[in-house]
Amino acid sequence: MWGCMNALDGMVADARTAVAAATDLAALDGVRVRFLGKKGGITALLRDLGRLPAAERPAAGQAINQARDLINEAIEERRLALEEQKLAASLAAGSLDITLPGRGEARGGEHPVSRSLSRIIAIFRGAGFAVHEGPEVEDDFHNFTALNIPADHPARAMHDTFYFPDGRLLRTHTSPVQIRALQAEGAPIRLIAPGRVYRCDSDMTHTPMFHQVEGLVVDRHVSFTHLKAILHGFVECFFEREAQLRFRPSYFPFTEPSAEVDVLSESGRWLEILGCGMVHPQVLRSAGLDPEEFTGYAFGMGVERLTMLRYGVDDLRLFFDNDLRFLRQFN
Amino acid sequence: MKFCNSWLREYVAHGLDPEALSHRLTMLGLEVDALEREGVPLERVVVGRVLARRPHPNADRLSLCRVDVGAAEPLGIVCGAPNVREGGLYPTALEGARLPGGLTIKATRLRGEPSAGMLCSATELGLDIEAEGLLELDADAIPGTDVGAVLELGDAVLDLNITPNRADCFSILGVAREVAAAGQLALSGPAPAGVAATVPDTLDVLLPAPAACPRFAGRIIRGLREDALTPLWMRERLRRCGVRPISPVVDVTNYVMLELGQPMHAYDLASLEGPLAARLAHAGEGLELLDGRQVQLQEDVLVIADAAGPVGLAGIMGGSRTAVAAASRDIFLEAAFFAPAALAGRARRFGLHTDASLRFERGVDPALAPQAIERATRLIMDIAGGQAGPLVDRLEAQGMPARPPVRLRRARMQRVLGIEVADDEVADILRRLHMQVVPIPDGWELTPPGARFDIGCEEDLIEEVARLHGYERIPALPGTVTVTPARAGETLDPVGELGRALVTRGYQEAITYSFIEAGLARRFAADAGQELVLSNPISAELAVMRQSLWPGLALAAGENLRRQQPRVRLFELGSHYLAGDARDRAAGRHLAGIAVGSRWPEQWGEPSRRVDFFDVKADVEMLLATAGQLATSRFVAERHPALHPGRSARIVVAERPLGWLGEMHPVLAAELGLQGAMLFELAIDGLQRSRPSHGRLSVFPVVRRDVAMLVACDVPADQLLAVARGAVPPGILRDSFIFDLYMGPQVGDTQKSVAIGLILQDSSRTLTDEDVHGVLQDVRAALSREFQARIRE
Repeated sequence: MWGCMNALDGMVADARTAVAAATDLAALDGVRVRFLGKKGGITALLRDLGRLPAAERPAAGQAINQARDLINEAIEERRLALEEQKLAASLAAGSLDITLPGRGEARGGEHPVSRSLSRIIAIFRGAGFAVHEGPEVEDDFHNFTALNIPADHPARAMHDTFYFPDGRLLRTHTSPVQIRALQAEGAPIRLIAPGRVYRCDSDMTHTPMFHQVEGLVVDRHVSFTHLKAILHGFVECFFEREAQLRFRPSYFPFTEPSAEVDVLSESGRWLEILGCGMVHPQVLRSAGLDPEEFTGYAFGMGVERLTMLRYGVDDLRLFFDNDLRFLRQFN
Repeated sequence: MKFCNSWLREYVAHGLDPEALSHRLTMLGLEVDALEREGVPLERVVVGRVLARRPHPNADRLSLCRVDVGAAEPLGIVCGAPNVREGGLYPTALEGARLPGGLTIKATRLRGEPSAGMLCSATELGLDIEAEGLLELDADAIPGTDVGAVLELGDAVLDLNITPNRADCFSILGVAREVAAAGQLALSGPAPAGVAATVPDTLDVLLPAPAACPRFAGRIIRGLREDALTPLWMRERLRRCGVRPISPVVDVTNYVMLELGQPMHAYDLASLEGPLAARLAHAGEGLELLDGRQVQLQEDVLVIADAAGPVGLAGIMGGSRTAVAAASRDIFLEAAFFAPAALAGRARRFGLHTDASLRFERGVDPALAPQAIERATRLIMDIAGGQAGPLVDRLEAQGMPARPPVRLRRARMQRVLGIEVADDEVADILRRLHMQVVPIPDGWELTPPGARFDIGCEEDLIEEVARLHGYERIPALPGTVTVTPARAGETLDPVGELGRALVTRGYQEAITYSFIEAGLARRFAADAGQELVLSNPISAELAVMRQSLWPGLALAAGENLRRQQPRVRLFELGSHYLAGDARDRAAGRHLAGIAVGSRWPEQWGEPSRRVDFFDVKADVEMLLATAGQLATSRFVAERHPALHPGRSARIVVAERPLGWLGEMHPVLAAELGLQGAMLFELAIDGLQRSRPSHGRLSVFPVVRRDVAMLVACDVPADQLLAVARGAVPPGILRDSFIFDLYMGPQVGDTQKSVAIGLILQDSSRTLTDEDVHGVLQDVRAALSREFQARIRE
């Protein structure tokens, strides 16, 4: 039996050599079959165990099992190593050039004027203003007469108006929404009215269509000081910086007192950004309100103008050329 | 209105530099549009008088001048200007003077003769005067005095943007009144002085339309000198104020208008026949104007007429028959008051816009007329001599503009402005504005001056107080206001979301004009003959209101393709317009898009192909899904004139036709260079979003079964799905969709192979094999029955 024991030691040594020589899982499996398989060396020894005297069997069995465990251990260790190698190789083969761009659709973008409109609306909604809309094809009453601009008033010359054969017109400002809203809802009211407006005028600094946002607040205790505060707040929100404003007297037939508002640019110039004033009592009366009970303020701003100042656009006409190279700058 | 500071200073010694003046005017509501300088002050350029002139011995075109420059000895100066004459006074640059063009004057020799300086032209002094040769100074200039002072070099010219309410500021006097009121300064200026008559001649003036013309002042001046020239100082002031000098009489009338604000007119007396009347035109009358245009008059047009007919459009422009000319020796001057209401809109009707109409339409101080006549008479006689007749001043008091007192309540002012202004300051401000101020218990009663046509109610006075008190001194204070939640919610306004959804699918938002060219509009109109046409379009390209957003988008897309963009996806959100639509407000907003070029941005790993119908249909379905309306939507094969007849769908949402989707008609696309462009347009005001609601989730297993079939090619997919869905018992169909479609040689020309996936689940139990088998049997049977479908096992 000692010969047998020596053979066992030799077998373990052979197995270890074979395991070490196996360079892939198939070869390793061959090693397993050779030593531990049905016809393998260890299996044969175990099979022969019954031929030993009963007294020797336990020790011999133990020795064989020990040898089997040693071989198994060597195989398993090698298997883990080989599997790891294989995974590493497959991962290495599967690596990507992660610097390639993603596939699919690119993002489009909002028009810069829409972008400003959305921002203006959000700012005023935050201040409790409702958003109203009115028709672009207007009548003379709402666009002019109710706003204290009777026929042949010189102020009409400030508005180069587009007319239709039936006497209707394209609104020259968003102010008619003031009248429509006051007639429909009365006071107190707190609204802005964004939209397209039209003037029969086209040159470097005028397009026949542009956008305005009208604002109107009518309540029982509204004064010029409040108008200054809301516009100051708006301008600082819109430009996202502290702003110095200049209110200077001006004239709109539907407000009194009236003011133009300038903002001090970062380069130290005063830039006109909007017009405003206290709602003219005649306008309140046109809408069926008693000016002794209610006062109000109104303002109107040109969206293209604000957009130009905000983004440094220097040519108004770019907004309506719809050149993708221009539009994409705002995406 | 342009005016020069040197002239203003004659009326108010404001002591402000031009920038400070500009700021003050702007803060008074007289916005300064432009501030420019006339020349620059010069050193060592003085008035010189040519005492003697002889030809240069060595040069034909040069002369040798002895020039008195106020020094002990005259200077010898060589001059090349043809208009130099003995006795003439010219700007003379002395040795060491630097002229605006950069030239420095040195004593030198010209062709052998010494020259100690240079006689100058206007251009050489930096003045933009159109004249040849030397600038001839007025005869009263004193040799040796600084030319900069004589010519007001460096004078500031301010261009004011005067709002329509401030008629009173269309003059030096008016601006001076404002500057004086703001700075608490006194008004100065030439004292109004009458000119005594030296001839008895007068012309009768009749005022038969006193409501339109209640005042008419005039005067005859006889015997004007033929050789009179407008002096340089007057020509310079006119020029700086933007008025072209013409002749002494016309220049003076313009000068007085600029100075006082009273438009004037001068007639050639010899051409007038009989008395003048300010009357309404008779029907059928015509008039040839100063500029040679012939106008036909209506009965609401005020004219000045003599016995032979109209001689001028009152307050707008004179007629040619009686115009003053260079040969006019005797003239009649007119300064009248015409009521704004009588002139409103008339100049515009004749396509005219004159300095006179501008002022009269807004209102001219009715007290000014005689004062203007006196001032003009004085100036004309100073320049051209002549003999003045007596002043004629016809007045119909009942037609003069009323200036009823206006009440200003202290409490009202405080409520409107939000601040308290001290009583003393209020009264002081209003007095400085030349109002009559009468204190009453709760405030003041004020009568505005004749020049102010814009003070009619309490708010007008509040503005005056605020203006002079200073808008910048009114603080910004947040107020307390009534705020109610705005009516905006998820079911009302999906609009913003729709635009953003398109942006994430690669669309760029465009904004195109609401008016387009008529021919193009017609090509894209679903219903012809409904276009809303502008009466006064800015051009033929912008003449009719769009019925569809497609034409504008198509033009924009075409432009971009021509700018070598390989791929254009644009959308627009905006109104469309229909003629005769009583619900214009509801004519409503559309959301439209165009996609042309490649399906994807150029990239690796995706084969390049052109965008097709179904790519854009997916975009539209996504919009409908965003609005929560995909399930209620259908696409119905229908034709549209702008779309490919076989690739065109009407979009129906909740059984209402809300839009179109399709490929641009190949003929139209070829014309516009937009081959293969896909279009969609949706009426979004109709897209009210449905409110989602929760149903219990089923815990039982989901079963998927597929049905594949052969059907005729022209069976629409949505009908196959509808029939399949209809065959499933209620409540167990979770989803159904087409997951495969094959058309080609394997199934023949007339058939297609379609596969439908059905997802089944019951909410109360597990579906058995028999249940599912039964459902499939029913679905197959229905499809076979309805479409002769051959089911493929």
